[in-house]
Amino acid sequence: MSVAADEPQGKPPQRFTAGRLLLYATLTISAILFVVPLYVMLVTSLKTMTEIREGAILGLPARPMLDAWIDAWTRACTGLTCNGIRVGFWNSITILVPSVIVSILLGAVNGYALAFWRVPGAQLVLAMLLIGAFIPYPVFIFPLVRLFAALGIYGSLPGIIAIHTIFGLPVMTLLFRNYYLSLPVELFKAARVDGAGFWRIFVSVMAPMSIPILVVAVILQVTGIWNDFLLGLVFAGRDNMPMTVQLNNVVNSTQGERLYNVDMAATLLTALVPLAIYFLSGKWFVRGIAAGAVKG
Amino acid sequence: MPEPLNINVPSNVSVRDVSIGFGPVKVLQNLNIEVKQSEFLVLLGPSGCGKSTLLNAIAGLLDIDAGQIWIGGRNVTWSEPKDRGIAMVFQSYALYPRMTVAENLSFGLRVARTPKAEIERRVGRAVEMLKIGELLARRPAELSGGQRQRIAIGRAIVREAPVFLFDEPLSNLDAQLRNELRVEIKRLHQQLGATMIYVTHDQIEALTLADRMAVMKGGVIQQLGAPNEVYLKPANRFVAGFVGARGMNFLSGRLAGTSTAPLFETTGLTLPLAGYAFGQSPVIGQAVTLGIRPEHVTVGGAAAITAPIELIEPMGSDTIVWTSIGATPISIRLDGLTAVSLGEPLNFSLPSAQLSLFDDATGTRL
Repeated sequence: MSVAADEPQGKPPQRFTAGRLLLYATLTISAILFVVPLYVMLVTSLKTMTEIREGAILGLPARPMLDAWIDAWTRACTGLTCNGIRVGFWNSITILVPSVIVSILLGAVNGYALAFWRVPGAQLVLAMLLIGAFIPYPVFIFPLVRLFAALGIYGSLPGIIAIHTIFGLPVMTLLFRNYYLSLPVELFKAARVDGAGFWRIFVSVMAPMSIPILVVAVILQVTGIWNDFLLGLVFAGRDNMPMTVQLNNVVNSTQGERLYNVDMAATLLTALVPLAIYFLSGKWFVRGIAAGAVKG
Repeated sequence: MPEPLNINVPSNVSVRDVSIGFGPVKVLQNLNIEVKQSEFLVLLGPSGCGKSTLLNAIAGLLDIDAGQIWIGGRNVTWSEPKDRGIAMVFQSYALYPRMTVAENLSFGLRVARTPKAEIERRVGRAVEMLKIGELLARRPAELSGGQRQRIAIGRAIVREAPVFLFDEPLSNLDAQLRNELRVEIKRLHQQLGATMIYVTHDQIEALTLADRMAVMKGGVIQQLGAPNEVYLKPANRFVAGFVGARGMNFLSGRLAGTSTAPLFETTGLTLPLAGYAFGQSPVIGQAVTLGIRPEHVTVGGAAAITAPIELIEPMGSDTIVWTSIGATPISIRLDGLTAVSLGEPLNFSLPSAQLSLFDDATGTRL
């Protein structure tokens, strides 16, 4: 069959329009804004202080050295002690693991109860959770300090775990509730006809279906709790200061010469956990959000 | 063939003065229905008529605001679903996605801590009845729609409940599978002898499956009776229009003549109603609607009406031809072998014994 020459055929021509140009320019500028500081931190952490003092902030290190990283990890001073940032790392892990597990578990059970069981006052609980999710933390701090002091858990590991659980609960509950609402309610009905009760349905039917949303919850909680500074500073107590607080001490309380290379290394070390989470779970993260959004 | 197990367990279901509302919206009000032992009752109605609400209330999945529900002579109004002696099959199959077919079938029994040998016996029986042996190790995601619903039915069989509840079980399946499973459900009913309550909006399913069917609209049962009775003598205009694969023909007119020899009168037609069994004595002058099914119109013979054929719908086994009385289109079923052509004049009559007459004011059958 013949094709008229002036009729459209085959691939449409690629056009490079002004809009495209603007889009790429914006993307490039955004990328530079994020990449340049990271680059400066990385190269500075690999330089010696002598080299830093020369002032070529964007220059590559003459001889890359890991000394600053080792110092930051093992010898940097946080206030009076000089055991490096690793103390904070292990403190953060100790706070993180139970906080993540407890907050997600409670959030999942809450969300399940709100989604499937006609809990008396469910609407009220939900409204309070929504409000709770949007009130800034500092509002609660003083009352909670008094409460925790009265309970005798102020400035302790259980105290900070409880705090992270409390502040994580609204978002975790809403996350799981919305996910469970997206599952067919007939599944719940079938399990009830089969004789399963509250916990049996949760454990045998709902929990195995919760993997996608669980991944999202873990990512949100791990990064959120790891990056927390304020709550850790106020509630964790001197012996349990998380890595973020220790980092601040390393960077801000140095006497004499400021060791930029050690500061940079310590900062990168602190940021490593959330970075790893995002890089390792990127695919899961997107899949989890999609799974939460699509019905069935 | 597996022997019926439930035939001796009392399994009549009695819904007494049940009212259900969601906030200010009253879905059911003072509804009563008696389902006999081993009966197959179909609840038929358009969406939103309250049929699924009623089924969920019988199952105990929905709290009722007033009234009582009795199953097998026990008042189960406040009982948990598992204690009501019911099994249920859902439209979306509701198979547990992370369990294998075998685990799905045995879940309820495992919850109830049934001994292992007994679980094996019951699952084995369901597998034999439904021929699903080769599917046992699979997950629901690896099954087709028809297989999934077969497993869901299996899960209900395994409960060995005296009452089965079906909530639009075939609505998600294509036509071919729907026909297959419909026959299977009917066979199941004969084998098990269980009482079955079946919700559907498909009037073919209702007519083919039901011992009795209840046509519902707006939370009210419009007519309760054997499928034949509902089909041939619809209680009101709504039932007449809703039941039947091909719509009933309706003609607006009024009653004329005398009360001993009434006539139906409309533009272009005066019809003696000598053969019509009036349920109430006719009021002359009353505005009425005449209803007649396409297959009840008789063609040829001592014809009363002659009108040209306007449209032909060949259906294979039969042919539907459209003509009109006055300005109202009328469909007539002819044998598929009858040769007809467009514009050809057709002689036909409306036998009064097969008519339905509805009061225009109330819509009820006269």
